[in-house]
Amino acid sequence: MHIDDVDRKLLRLLQDDATRSVSELAELANMSSGPVWRRLEKLESAGVILGRKVEINYAKLGYSVLVFLRITLDKTQGNAFDEFTIDARKIPEVVAIQTLLGRVDIRMDVRARDLNHYQEIYKSRVLALPHITDIEALMLVSEVKNTERLPI
Amino acid sequence: MIVDIDEIDHAILRTLQEDGGLSAKDVGGKVGLSQPATWRRIKRLETAGVILGRSIILDREKLGFDVVVYLGVKLVTKGLLSIEDFERAVCAIPEVQLVQHVLGVYDYRLKVVARDISDFERILRRRIMTLPGVGNVESNVLLSDEVVVGMTV
Repeated sequence: MHIDDVDRKLLRLLQDDATRSVSELAELANMSSGPVWRRLEKLESAGVILGRKVEINYAKLGYSVLVFLRITLDKTQGNAFDEFTIDARKIPEVVAIQTLLGRVDIRMDVRARDLNHYQEIYKSRVLALPHITDIEALMLVSEVKNTERLPI
Repeated sequence: MIVDIDEIDHAILRTLQEDGGLSAKDVGGKVGLSQPATWRRIKRLETAGVILGRSIILDREKLGFDVVVYLGVKLVTKGLLSIEDFERAVCAIPEVQLVQHVLGVYDYRLKVVARDISDFERILRRRIMTLPGVGNVESNVLLSDEVVVGMTV
């Protein structure tokens, strides 16, 4: 689908505040509600707008540790990636798995209640995953910026 | 600081993690609660700071951003001043979506979105490498992304 400047303006307004209603958007974009509604429908049916997400503060739920594991796999094993990710998905504390091109192959985020809990997951679950040749860990100290906003 | 939540709150959060666009009525339907009761619980989770807000999810590729790169950044000087300068300057770059201060082989983790590899190179050379205090930078290009949700709640 072709995305024009008006679409981009509406998307920017929604990136600023996803809870804005059609009438609020219409007012901010200096349009009437009908055309705004039709454009949003089009953006949604074309899959440009995929949905909405709630942001959850996991620290408030007792999960204060987030560790980013950077994993190198044994690439002499043809199915290393698949076998690794299938097993990694089964660990409930693994909240993201990403395949990368660079010095490391996989990035995996592990969320834990505290360092003892993390240590337990690391020893009993993470190290048991197949085809790992090297693991590097980065522990989150603070999040300075976190946005999904695209510079459109 | 930790908010005590019960099984129903957990169910509400899990439902909202799967689809953040659901109304209180839809969420209530899934967890077996009336709309007003669900709405009150969601409000309470918001007031307690468990739910921070809602954001829109856009398809970055359909909007022309084909490349995502994760950077590991090491600072050369680590005085308080250089950290503040670095953080202020890096947060101001619109293509940088994520800035995380970390402990480990790097000092910061960044996520950068770009239109293509040459756009990324421009951002890296002109915006990132010129940041105050920047030392070693490692790039890893994202090939596939899998976010596993609803598991730790």
